[in-house]
Amino acid sequence: MSDIKKFMYLNRRAPYGTIYAWESLEVVLIGAAFDQEVSLMFADDGVYQLVKGCDTSESDMKNFMPTYRTLGDYGVRYMYVDQASLEARGLTADDLIEVAWEDWETEEEVDNIVEVVDSAKVTELMAESDVVFSF
Amino acid sequence: MADLFTVNKSPFEKNSLENAIKFSTEGASILLIEDGVYGASKGTACESMITGAAGKKFYALKSDLKARGIADDRLIDGVEVVDYAGFVELVCSTDKTQAWL
Repeated sequence: MSDIKKFMYLNRRAPYGTIYAWESLEVVLIGAAFDQEVSLMFADDGVYQLVKGCDTSESDMKNFMPTYRTLGDYGVRYMYVDQASLEARGLTADDLIEVAWEDWETEEEVDNIVEVVDSAKVTELMAESDVVFSF
Repeated sequence: MADLFTVNKSPFEKNSLENAIKFSTEGASILLIEDGVYGASKGTACESMITGAAGKKFYALKSDLKARGIADDRLIDGVEVVDYAGFVELVCSTDKTQAWL
């Protein structure tokens, strides 16, 4: 049965201080098995989850940045970042990791699915999603 | 001497840093750890909490900065980076430690 829904995972927490970011990633990876249209939204402190250059070697924590880079292979087609949240934290798109995506059937490729969007677009994307999971 | 305040929450999400600064005495040491280190970044909407705080000394824990990809050149001027040994020294050299969560 083909009943594809739009799933959005909304990430609003910084990556290491709490378990939210990691839990969100786990659910996204599990959800990949269900063949839905999946997008991730990063807002507020959630934008810190995509900041590159993280080195957890002295913190005794898992660096899960490499996992984000593979999300394109797990059915995640869109990764949106709220521009206002970035700006409030003195960050730009250049500070963020890039995530590639490829459709195995059509061989369509996108070099980077991480996209910075304005607040109006965030509102629109949330409204048009069928399900929003909040972390 | 004065107290050491540790702050482990992001200043964008909680008012721990803002109020630790507000309620600390002149000469207090404020050490940013865990998600608290985001407060040490310059060019943010929360920067003025630290740049506007006169008479307080600010520190940030190196391992937590590294884990979050915050390079030294992104730190607010005057924030001193300390390692775990420096953390211990701060605890020993201040009157007492208050953990602001």
